[in-house]
Amino acid sequence: MSIAETMIPPQAPPPSPPKPYTFSRFFGSVALGIWLALGVGIFLTVVNGWDPEKFSRYGPSFLSGLGVTLTLVISSILMGAVLSLPVALGRMSKNRLWGWLAYAYVYFFRGTPLITQLFLIYYGLGSFRPQLETVGLWWFFRDAWNCALFTFTLNTAAYQAEILRGAIESVPRGQREGAAALGLPERVAFFKVILPQAMIVALRPYGNEIILMIKGSAIVAIVTVFDLMGETRRAFSRTFDYQMYIWAAILYLLMVELLRNIWGWLEARLTRHLKR
Amino acid sequence: MSGLFAALSAGLAWIGAIIDPLCGPAGIFRWFGSGTLLACGDAGWGDEIAYGFLVTASLAVATLPVGLVIGFFVALAKQSEEKSLRLAGNIYTTIFRGLPELLTLFIVYYGLQILVQQFLATVGYEGAVEINAFVAGMIALGVVFSAYCSEVLLSAFKAIPHGQYEAGDALGLHRGKTMRLIILPQLIRIALPGLGNLWMALLKDTALVSVIGLPDILRQTGIAARVTKHAFEFFGIACVLFLVLAMISSVVFSALERSTKRAEAGR
Repeated sequence: MSIAETMIPPQAPPPSPPKPYTFSRFFGSVALGIWLALGVGIFLTVVNGWDPEKFSRYGPSFLSGLGVTLTLVISSILMGAVLSLPVALGRMSKNRLWGWLAYAYVYFFRGTPLITQLFLIYYGLGSFRPQLETVGLWWFFRDAWNCALFTFTLNTAAYQAEILRGAIESVPRGQREGAAALGLPERVAFFKVILPQAMIVALRPYGNEIILMIKGSAIVAIVTVFDLMGETRRAFSRTFDYQMYIWAAILYLLMVELLRNIWGWLEARLTRHLKR
Repeated sequence: MSGLFAALSAGLAWIGAIIDPLCGPAGIFRWFGSGTLLACGDAGWGDEIAYGFLVTASLAVATLPVGLVIGFFVALAKQSEEKSLRLAGNIYTTIFRGLPELLTLFIVYYGLQILVQQFLATVGYEGAVEINAFVAGMIALGVVFSAYCSEVLLSAFKAIPHGQYEAGDALGLHRGKTMRLIILPQLIRIALPGLGNLWMALLKDTALVSVIGLPDILRQTGIAARVTKHAFEFFGIACVLFLVLAMISSVVFSALERSTKRAEAGR
């Protein structure tokens, strides 16, 4: 019987077998190649077509358009958040009339395209000019910017009301009962127990809603508001330079990706107590 | 051969005219709209709006399979083991989910025009090229739809346990057959609510195609509004028509969901 007297020294693992060249690898290379070619092509068109005069003329207008888009989105989201509170309360109320009214409001604004709503308010209310003048509201609805802001606020309020309602109803009943068992008043229970949990659920849908509004805000260009899309269309109609659309696309992508990353960070930060 | 096609299209047009819900023999505008602005024929705008309704519905229906097929393959790419394929799929979704639909539409419409023009110029054809607005709308909306669809399908793929694939292997089915017989039926059941939402979004996005000149609901009602100066009424009708489309599709989708749920019953 032999006893091993020396330890075998540690050895490097055997070389991994060569990866087989699969179909998916081929398709992956082809797809990446297409993206690379597109990226290089766009870069080259931008570099070749670079015109300092065009840049100095249309650059500032692009920036002002960006400002208009951001102002429109931020103010309509904030005003919509305020307006969504009564709508969400109506959706959750036991009163038949309020519930039905809130349901009809939400169904209308979620069931029809934003652009149709915008036309209905911008062009449609124009046919009620005498009535609006007697009420003294004509100055407001005469302006395309105001109409866009008004429509967007109404539209996002409907979406945000549904987000809010879904989030509040997603909090388990036990939480409310627990708060009641602790003797917390209804108001305190709502603001300190229900709402914080609901807001965590609502965070992601709210981010999606803001992104949808940024993307949806491009349609105000059609009713002569010069936001980023409007400036792009104006620049394109003057120069017939396809680059303008590429610039707009890059700016929109930057906005959306920036927001998405901020939101991801925010969500990770706010839910860090839920991590196990 | 062309005579056969002419006969076929004439027959289809005849059937379409019979079952037209707005201006057909049993149409709403025909019965309740005569004498008003919505009368059918030369007297009113009923038939124009009915045509727009048809265009909107057919654009959405034609876009759906394109988007579903592209979305399915992008979802497959994003869950593959190959890194480059995943990266390519993720670039696709990031771009087309981040761009406004209107901008995508313009990029496709004008970009295709320029591309085709340049291609024809190299071949030797000089002349203006006009891209069909329906096709451009179909491509742009299909691409956007597929980007969202791939996300929905990807999460549905993740909801299917790995044991299902192994069961397919154990039964001796090859990969295509496993996908078709085992994975796809479950995938459809899981993804259907998400796809329903995407369909609603697609239906609403079709309204944007009116901007590049396709005579859909919004464009037809817009023309009517400009000519008759009854803007509120006509755009209200456009809203109602879109609501009707949404209601029809929610009925259809709940029926579909019920029929796919049958397989789950009895547990």
